[in-house]
Amino acid sequence: MIRVHREDFDVGAEIARLTEGCHEIGGIVSFVGVVRDAAGGDRIGAMTLEHYPGMTEKMLGEIEAEARRRWKLEASLIIHRYGRLEPGERIVLVVIAAAHRQAAFEACEFLVDWLKTKAPFWKLEETAAGPRWVEAQSGDDEAAKRWVAE
Amino acid sequence: MKLLYFAWLRAKIGTAEETIELPADVATVGHLLEWLKRRGPRFADALQDASVVRVAVNQDYVPWDHPVRPGDEVALFPPVTGG
Repeated sequence: MIRVHREDFDVGAEIARLTEGCHEIGGIVSFVGVVRDAAGGDRIGAMTLEHYPGMTEKMLGEIEAEARRRWKLEASLIIHRYGRLEPGERIVLVVIAAAHRQAAFEACEFLVDWLKTKAPFWKLEETAAGPRWVEAQSGDDEAAKRWVAE
Repeated sequence: MKLLYFAWLRAKIGTAEETIELPADVATVGHLLEWLKRRGPRFADALQDASVVRVAVNQDYVPWDHPVRPGDEVALFPPVTGG
């Protein structure tokens, strides 16, 4: 399941709703991405996430479908927020439920790695020197590439 | 053809969206970028380094040699930074 919206999400409520009544599940792994208050030695007052409506949902759906091809999963959820977010606010939630923990851990890491390099979001940070677009990290590309050969 | 620009490409070009008449000699994404660069200094500045420009046609990532057609939705944006 994919959701893209401005509003915050409740991690516990989302997990409960996703997995309710599914007794094949033996393990649930979640990742929550949060806004930091510093980047590259500068204080970050807030950040604004811009995205490409339509393509965002399409790409997240493709990434989720790819995870479900690679691992046997019972349930999956990706929520990504956009708009202005302050330090400490949640940005993204990935939840994976599977019969066994290994599939859940691996699929969750795969989804986070791939969405960072494929989902069309861009971060604009507010710093003391003015607004600044976040540059893509080569480490994110390397992390995503780990999964290509599989 | 509908053109969309995001993040600093949108800021540099000065618009988020426009509709253009596709010139007959623009057949690929690569041709389109070259044509856009000739439209004025804002485009030339925004698109000068093609290594930091990503292109999606009808909401799918495509390489420079991908064909473009009059009804396409073409989006230009920097490498993504979500998550």
